[in-house]
Amino acid sequence: MSARVAMATAAPLVGDRGDGGAIPGADALRVGVVQFPGTLDDRDALRAVTLSGAQAVPLWHGDDSLSDVDAVILPGGFSYGDYLRCGAIARFAPLMTAVVDAAKGGMPVLGICNGFQVLCESHLLPGALIRNDHQRFICRDQELVMENTDTTWTRDYSTGETITIPLKNGEGGFVADPATLDQLEDEGLVVARYHGFNPNGSQRDIAGITNARGNVVGLMPHPEHAVEAGFGTDSANGMRAGVDGQGFFTSALRSLLSA
Amino acid sequence: MGRIVVEVMPKPEILDPQGKAIGTGLERLGLTGFTDVRQGKLFHLTVEGEVTAQALENAREAAASLLSNPVIEDVVSVRAADAEEDDR
Repeated sequence: MSARVAMATAAPLVGDRGDGGAIPGADALRVGVVQFPGTLDDRDALRAVTLSGAQAVPLWHGDDSLSDVDAVILPGGFSYGDYLRCGAIARFAPLMTAVVDAAKGGMPVLGICNGFQVLCESHLLPGALIRNDHQRFICRDQELVMENTDTTWTRDYSTGETITIPLKNGEGGFVADPATLDQLEDEGLVVARYHGFNPNGSQRDIAGITNARGNVVGLMPHPEHAVEAGFGTDSANGMRAGVDGQGFFTSALRSLLSA
Repeated sequence: MGRIVVEVMPKPEILDPQGKAIGTGLERLGLTGFTDVRQGKLFHLTVEGEVTAQALENAREAAASLLSNPVIEDVVSVRAADAEEDDR
C-alpha cells in the first residue's frame, strides 16, 4: 500500500487545483469505498481517493464495521444486478446499517451513480432514479453546473462553475414529487445540474443533491473517472486530460481537516 | 401452502419508459388499439399453511419496505391468492 501511495504522489497533476499539490494532513485520513456484489467502479473510486492524498480503504458490504474510516463512498455499478430496483437490495446490506448511522451522525458520504440510487433507497436523500426517458443506456462526457458548493464534497468548486465529468447510466432519471423538488430548490440542496443537455430526463436537470447538513451527497455522473491526466475527459488541455472530478475528493479531505 | 400476491405499479404521474418501449413493440407487431402500456411487478409470497391475518400483515410490511419504493411506485394490492392461482 505504501508503494502505491508513493507512486501516486509522484504522478503528475495529482491534486493540482492550483493549491500546490497534496493537502497537508490528508495522509492521515481514511476514506472507505464500499463493494457490493455487482459494484463496478470501486477500483476507480479507491484510486481517486489515493490520488487525492488520503488512505483508500476497501469496505465489504457484508461487514458490520466501517473500519474506522473518516468518510465513505458508495461507488457506481450494478449492485445485486439492479434486481428489484437499482440500489434496493444493497440498502439492506449489513454494512449499510453502519453507513446510515454514520451519515446521520455527520460522516461524509458520497454516492456516485448506483451509490446515489442506494442513498435514495436508504432515505438518506429524497427522490428516486428511474430508467432514462429515452430508454437507452448513455455514456458521454457531461457538462455540469455546480450549484451548492458549501457541502462537504463540493467546497473546492465555486458556485456557477462549469465542470465536465463522465456520465454513464441506464437509470439516471432523477424524479421526486413537485413539493420535494421545490424544497430541494428552496433550501439550496441541488449540488449540480446538467448543462447544455439533459442526458436522462432528470427533473429540473438535477444531476446531484445533498442533505440539509451537507455531509451526504448523491451524484449520477462519475467524478472518479476524471481525476488523473491521461485517463479523464477530453478537454481543452488535450485528450483525456480533464480532471474536473478531483474536487469532490479533495473537498471531503479539506472538510474533514477543518472540522 | 398458502400464497400471497403483491402487485406493484409505477405511480401514474411517473414516466414509465419500459411501458412505452413495450407499447412501441406491440405497434410493430401490428397489435394496435392499446392507447397506453404500463409495466408493474407481481410478487408471490409463499407461506406454510393457510394465509393468516398475520401473514398478510407481514406481506403488507414487505410490500411497503422492500417490494416497492413509495417515491415512484404504488402497492396496488396485497391479497391471498385464490385456490386456482395457488396451483400456478
